Amino acid sequence: MQNTIVALVEDKPGVLNRVASLFRRRNFNIKSLNVGNSEKPGISRMTIVVDDSVNASQVEANLYKLVNIIDVQDVTDQPAVIRELALIKVSVTPEKRNEISSLADIFRTNVVDVSQDSMTIEIVGTEKKIAGFVELLRPFGILEMVRTGNIAMMRGDMAGKRYMPGKNGEKEQKEYSALSF
Amino acid sequence: MKMNGADIMMECLVREGVDTIFGYPGGAIMPVHDAMLKYPVHHVLTRHEQGAAHAADGYARASGKVGVAVATSGPGATNLVTGIVTAMMDSVPMVCITGQVPAHLIGGDAFQETDVTGVTLPVTKHNYLITSADEIATVVREAFHIARSGRPGPVLIDFCKNAQLDEIEFEYPEDISLPGYSPPDHAPMGDVNKAVELIEAAERPVILAGHGVQMSGAMEELRIFATQTNTPVAMTLLGLGAIPASDSLSLGMMGMHGEACANEAIQNADLILAFGMRFDDRVTGVLSKYAPNAKKIHIEVDPTEVHKNVAVDVPLMGDLKTVLTDMIPLLDEYDHPEWIGQIAEWKAETEERSIMSWQDDGKLYSAHAIRAMWTATEGDALVVTGVGQHQMWAAQYYEFEKPYRLLTSGGAGTMGYGLPAALGAWFSDKEKDVWLIDGDGSFQMTQAELSTMMQEGANVKIVLLNNSYLGMVRQWQELFFDERYAATPITGPDFIKLADAHGIPAKRVTKPEEAMEALEFAKNTPGTVLIEFQVEKEELVYPMVPAGAALNEMLRRPVKGKK
Repeated sequence: MQNTIVALVEDKPGVLNRVASLFRRRNFNIKSLNVGNSEKPGISRMTIVVDDSVNASQVEANLYKLVNIIDVQDVTDQPAVIRELALIKVSVTPEKRNEISSLADIFRTNVVDVSQDSMTIEIVGTEKKIAGFVELLRPFGILEMVRTGNIAMMRGDMAGKRYMPGKNGEKEQKEYSALSF
Repeated sequence: MKMNGADIMMECLVREGVDTIFGYPGGAIMPVHDAMLKYPVHHVLTRHEQGAAHAADGYARASGKVGVAVATSGPGATNLVTGIVTAMMDSVPMVCITGQVPAHLIGGDAFQETDVTGVTLPVTKHNYLITSADEIATVVREAFHIARSGRPGPVLIDFCKNAQLDEIEFEYPEDISLPGYSPPDHAPMGDVNKAVELIEAAERPVILAGHGVQMSGAMEELRIFATQTNTPVAMTLLGLGAIPASDSLSLGMMGMHGEACANEAIQNADLILAFGMRFDDRVTGVLSKYAPNAKKIHIEVDPTEVHKNVAVDVPLMGDLKTVLTDMIPLLDEYDHPEWIGQIAEWKAETEERSIMSWQDDGKLYSAHAIRAMWTATEGDALVVTGVGQHQMWAAQYYEFEKPYRLLTSGGAGTMGYGLPAALGAWFSDKEKDVWLIDGDGSFQMTQAELSTMMQEGANVKIVLLNNSYLGMVRQWQELFFDERYAATPITGPDFIKLADAHGIPAKRVTKPEEAMEALEFAKNTPGTVLIEFQVEKEELVYPMVPAGAALNEMLRRPVKGKK
């Protein structure tokens, strides 16, 4: 099992280093970490997956303490959409090409590159779906693979769990959208 | 108005209320020292940057203001690190400014270039790298705000030389925006109510008062809470002074060298109220046996401390003074006669085993020196210590009646903290009666600062407890390493001559009956005075909780024929 944490962070130099350094120092084992733009200019969004030897509220508290981190939500076991993208380059012989293509279709993936003796497939899905697909491809010979790590978003207008009290002791979502950047 | 970056830095520091800076010059910080000449700021030249950091720390702890230390790049900056760690572990508000090579040279291994923001990242509350002059004013404002608010701590500003020299139009930012920084103040009232229920049901409650009581200024709230609920108070090392040692509810210090009455109370409690403390391993003993029957309420401003070492039943994340102010009106008066009776028994038993109850055997114990100092200073000195046995005896035998009277390196346990911190404390208020209690090992680590004290005409009374050993390590060797005294015998200089070389009057004490006279001499002689006490060499600090033992499984102080 694992915990999935979403953090909104100021897009400043060194912020990724602060997060990575914090996880190292507190001995939180990162399974994956994804960082990219959010809907707001100046704010990046991180999705961090840690193994469940780490208490999610401790992770949140420590992230919350970093000055450049604006909001932290725990989306583990919450109604969230959690997805990952993987590129898988698989070894192909002419006689196997159709078989692999039909597997790719069943998993609703995209073949993004084909060469004489390889095929690169792009798959988007949950970790489980990707793992299942990888197992099916393995007998053909996987030459290379890259995965983005999970990204996560809560469904509808719901928010993930927050453990830290805000101003006046309220555990409300911080109005980061109202802040000027 | 056009100003260069160094002037802007000084202008901003002065606007933050800075009037004293501890530091050491060097190539990459020269413009800042140059700019100081134009501003009403006194620069104290310590003899090592570590001394500057500890002095800024002592200044901050004694005054409640933000201490400022300045150093050059490279080795100047890395020499600050021990002082920064010390301040970080003890939540001391401090801003350190270090010079850095010009921005265009960063990453090129230029002369005296070190990645100082990288080095200090894990040991500061926050840090900044200023590469251009237009960042300075905002960074300084943010740095001071972060250093002093929430759980205070050190903030480092690494200041590129080009940004010090560039001239720009100076504009002071009216507001700062730190969207990701909002320390909690009030705890949710639902949680406060849950805590009140536990307090109402408790039969054997104990308050654990930490550094947070004094950091948050909650001494009066603590007194009201403890009195109204009739709850005894045990203190951490940095919590000493939270309530007067003479208060009937005071249990004194808890932990590894805490009083037996405090540790017994904690282990037998059915409710623990942790106020601004962090369950450090030095106060819990082995965690698996810690306070086994107690519900726990934890009031703490730093959310990362909650559930970190000890899982609690009701965490109240907020400012201690604010949370107690919210909680007190919800409390009735409570009485626990049986518990208070039991506590009184433990306290009496603890008192019997005090060194002060030992029959006079003509030997000079550290405790004698400290208690004599208590008498000479009427218990009202600002006490600064180094780290080691003398520190524990100071905590045990200088009975702190008032808050903000003990400056000591608790979390980091930094030997050499004492002398520079005492200097800093004196600068915070030159009328203060500052006394340094130091061991010979700790003292020798930073004794170069005697020169600084001489240059500044400081007034610090130094009580040097000399046992010619690194006593605390020797104690562990005696108890756990079959008396193999590896690397602990230490020969010091003739401390009287050393003091004399610095123009500091000094006296040596070798017998208990000489103590008072020497201390009166120190008290009545203007300026810094050093009194060396040649104490018993192989004394042990008791009680002691050995590693891996429960908090009440202590090695007790032997009873040596009563007075």
